[in-house]
Amino acid sequence: MEVLENLILKNGLVLAFLFVGIAMFLSNWLSRKVTFNKVPGVAMAIIAALILAYFGGEKGIAEYPLFAGMALLGGSMLRDFSIVSTAMGVRFSELKPAGLAGIISLLAGITITFFLGGMIGYLMGYTDAKSFTTIGAGACTYIVGPITGAAIGASSDLIAISIATGVMKTVFVTIITPIISKRIGLNNPVTAMVFGGMIGTTSGVAAGLAATDPKLVPYGAMTATFYTGLGVLLCPSVFYLLMVWVLG
Amino acid sequence: MRIYGVAILAACYLVGQSMGLYLGQWIGIGGNVGGVGFGMLLLIYFNGKLRDDAMQIEKTREGIFFWSSMYIPIVIAMSATQNVKAAVSGGWVAVLAGILATSACFALIPLISRTVKQTSE
Repeated sequence: MEVLENLILKNGLVLAFLFVGIAMFLSNWLSRKVTFNKVPGVAMAIIAALILAYFGGEKGIAEYPLFAGMALLGGSMLRDFSIVSTAMGVRFSELKPAGLAGIISLLAGITITFFLGGMIGYLMGYTDAKSFTTIGAGACTYIVGPITGAAIGASSDLIAISIATGVMKTVFVTIITPIISKRIGLNNPVTAMVFGGMIGTTSGVAAGLAATDPKLVPYGAMTATFYTGLGVLLCPSVFYLLMVWVLG
Repeated sequence: MRIYGVAILAACYLVGQSMGLYLGQWIGIGGNVGGVGFGMLLLIYFNGKLRDDAMQIEKTREGIFFWSSMYIPIVIAMSATQNVKAAVSGGWVAVLAGILATSACFALIPLISRTVKQTSE
């Protein structure tokens, strides 16, 4: 028993790789077999992770020694490191064909989502600048939310709310896109690019477009790749400063 | 060499983070003001700049792509280690903010798409 305990204590990060791998496998399988790709596997895995965290403590499931390594894998260092690396897929030469459609829709999408999301939090009692910013950023994507929250020093429960907000968005986008695609004229490359820039949550955009018309996926993905990057640049800086100035 | 890629990434990350921290200190609100975003901009810059030599080597890029493929698993681990119990009271905020803010964007897509099409014609 002691051998096993030592093994667990000393190999937290490696165990975390194993657990997350299993969790992703299961949720991808469920996503395919049970929801027929209606809910992206990533969203399911994050929802499952949030539910598991509920049974933990202040540090979620990392309260249990067996899962202690999850706090290292999901900590701010590795998270920010890996998010920075996603910029490798971004090419400004790709923004040129997206051009005006990309730039206008990205700026409009992030600004509107941030302020509306933060406003809803404000109306429901989250009235300080930190909460407004973290929830508004979470409404952008489940990546922008926690990065912004951690950067400005928000508490863990606020960050959890912002992740949940971003996940809600992804699921909502995936389900609703094929239903309302006709009404918003989502049947041509330009609108698909505007859609990617306005909505931005990459997994939701890709899944939603795939269900609408697979030919449109690359156009939406082209602008959506810039969304998270622009979000993590704007939310913890310009937007947060603005909120500190407005809310004190 | 893959490690070159990881090292380039590490440099961009560290410089970006320190820019964010100094900016926060300088403005007087503390925290990390846009550090991840600065790191991303640096990486995009170097990726474009070094394409002809260091980045051209496929292995160097692979070192960076490995980490970008890890971000989803990391986000899952991050979600599993939040203080969800304390956050449950805010569950409705997540549902409403997620859906309403997104709906507003959906509603504006036709308008923006029309504007863009008209301008580019």
